[in-house]
Amino acid sequence: MTDDEFTAYRALADETGDHRWAFGTGFTDPLEGIGTSVPDGVSAAALAAYCLMLGDDALIYSHRLQQWMTRLPELEEETAIANIALDLLGQARMLLARGGRAEGAGRGEDQLAFFRPEHEFRNVRLAEHADADFAQLAGRLLIFSTWRLALFTRLQDSADPVLAAIAAKGAKELAYHRDYAAQWVVRLGDGTELSRTRMQAALVTLWPLVDELFRTDAVAGDLPGVAADPAGLRAEFDSVLAAVLAAATLDRPGTAPMAQVAGKSGRDGVHTEAFGYVLAELQSVARADPDATW
Amino acid sequence: MTALADGRAGELEAHFDETIARDRRIEPRDWMPDHYRATMIRQIAQHAHSEIIGMQPEGNWITRAPSLRRKAVLIAKVQDEAGHGMYLYSAAETLGADRADLTAKLVSGRQKYSSIFNYPTLTYADVGVIGWLVDGAAICNQVPLCRSSYGPYARAMVRICKEESFHQRQGYELLMTMMRGSEAQRAMVQDATNRFWWPSLMMFGPPDDQSPNTAQSMAWGIKRHTNDELRQRFVDMTVPQAGKLGVTLPDPDLTWNSERGHYDFGAVDWAEFTAVLKGNGPCNAQRVAQRKAAHDDGAWVREAAAARAAKQAARDRAAREQDTREQDTA
Repeated sequence: MTDDEFTAYRALADETGDHRWAFGTGFTDPLEGIGTSVPDGVSAAALAAYCLMLGDDALIYSHRLQQWMTRLPELEEETAIANIALDLLGQARMLLARGGRAEGAGRGEDQLAFFRPEHEFRNVRLAEHADADFAQLAGRLLIFSTWRLALFTRLQDSADPVLAAIAAKGAKELAYHRDYAAQWVVRLGDGTELSRTRMQAALVTLWPLVDELFRTDAVAGDLPGVAADPAGLRAEFDSVLAAVLAAATLDRPGTAPMAQVAGKSGRDGVHTEAFGYVLAELQSVARADPDATW
Repeated sequence: MTALADGRAGELEAHFDETIARDRRIEPRDWMPDHYRATMIRQIAQHAHSEIIGMQPEGNWITRAPSLRRKAVLIAKVQDEAGHGMYLYSAAETLGADRADLTAKLVSGRQKYSSIFNYPTLTYADVGVIGWLVDGAAICNQVPLCRSSYGPYARAMVRICKEESFHQRQGYELLMTMMRGSEAQRAMVQDATNRFWWPSLMMFGPPDDQSPNTAQSMAWGIKRHTNDELRQRFVDMTVPQAGKLGVTLPDPDLTWNSERGHYDFGAVDWAEFTAVLKGNGPCNAQRVAQRKAAHDDGAWVREAAAARAAKQAARDRAAREQDTREQDTA
């Protein structure tokens, strides 16, 4: 056996600064090198709450995509869905870290992800929905990424420079996610009779969760110039969905919005029954040994 | 066969033999003996299947990864494995194989994958130990394949080995971190090492005197070292790493032999190896069933994509014909 054959192997033992991490997995501090002071005139508490909302959306959505891994229809979809799950996880890490810093209580991304109870999570209920089939995966991703791209496009001009930077990076990722989802909605809608039926049924199932995305919330209201008004995103969302559904030969569902509970839903920490199981899975190892270092 | 054809075939075979003898690469359009082609397809397909099935034991921990950074690392790793699988199926297709057909053989149990993936992952330490030992053993097996006589496979292996060595380093780094953590974490790392050490040694295949295909494979340049040579190399490299990590390898016979310049190690339980290979491992049925379910459940999606592509092509064709008619009448 020649020595040069094992150069690659021997290099493993070398202590080098070479971080060939894929998709930004290498950082331990998601906001490393970024100034994290809260701009003058901005409510730190509201900024923290806002970052947690958007971070929770990404964290929980990513979790639902992670559950699909090794179960997808084709290997190309395995790599694409892993990619999208990673992008959203990256967004979640930066937003939770930003939220934790703004809050000023010393909570980092992991403390926030693994040690909060259900009612402290602020994600929209759409993020926690479990896709029953690939049509729901495609439809839900189209809805989510179209909405989130509209939001991040506006947040690029946020008065908080950190949020603006996170949004600028995220918008590029979300444009790809939206394109990927739209292509699948069109393929399934304009594919076979069976796929059309399933795609239409998926949209009917998901549609009740759409209205919540555009509901004005108090936190965004407390952050003029920093946050984007959810209601202001609806026109862009409707026009993108209309174009995709037309190409897919699908009908816009008329399903009524899911009611709130005593005027509360995801943004207020009131979730669906499925959410408890999401957190049980997400948090189990971290909570089993709170003194552990990972 | 006519005398002329015989002569031509002899010439082609002589050219093939000469290419192998000179340690040059066989490329997809080159003539090759049927048995070489079949052996290469089987070798590459089994490797591709191993990458795809190998996504499952680690994928098992993605949703429960105990930190967001570890979660990101693990997702990226499992994604890399899907990429390796696609890359390898493409290499097999250069030999005339078909990915759908190879997948059908995998899910019906007609083609195998690396037996190591038939062991369960029971704690998060398993993610680290798989990186350290399983990826480490895979690299030992695969680095020599970067010099495989079949060009597309050799080139695929160069890229795959780079990524595998990165995964191995990530796994080892996780274990190092865990060993610096709580007492429970150190126990977890030792337990995972105990469970994966022997199966990792089995990854190199049966002992040389029980490996019937080795001689032909070495003559063809599609295997560069014997199973026992590679196994020894792996043991020699891993023992110091275990020491640095602070875990004990579960083999009382493991000692340095200064005469041989290698570590001596105990007997591998080949009965267990055979049992797992025959399909009786802890996870054989589960792994194949999950792959089959994903494939079967996705059939309607693949059919829809094909139907849509056909419709689109028909529409494009109709539009082109319309254009031509309009130009003709203009």
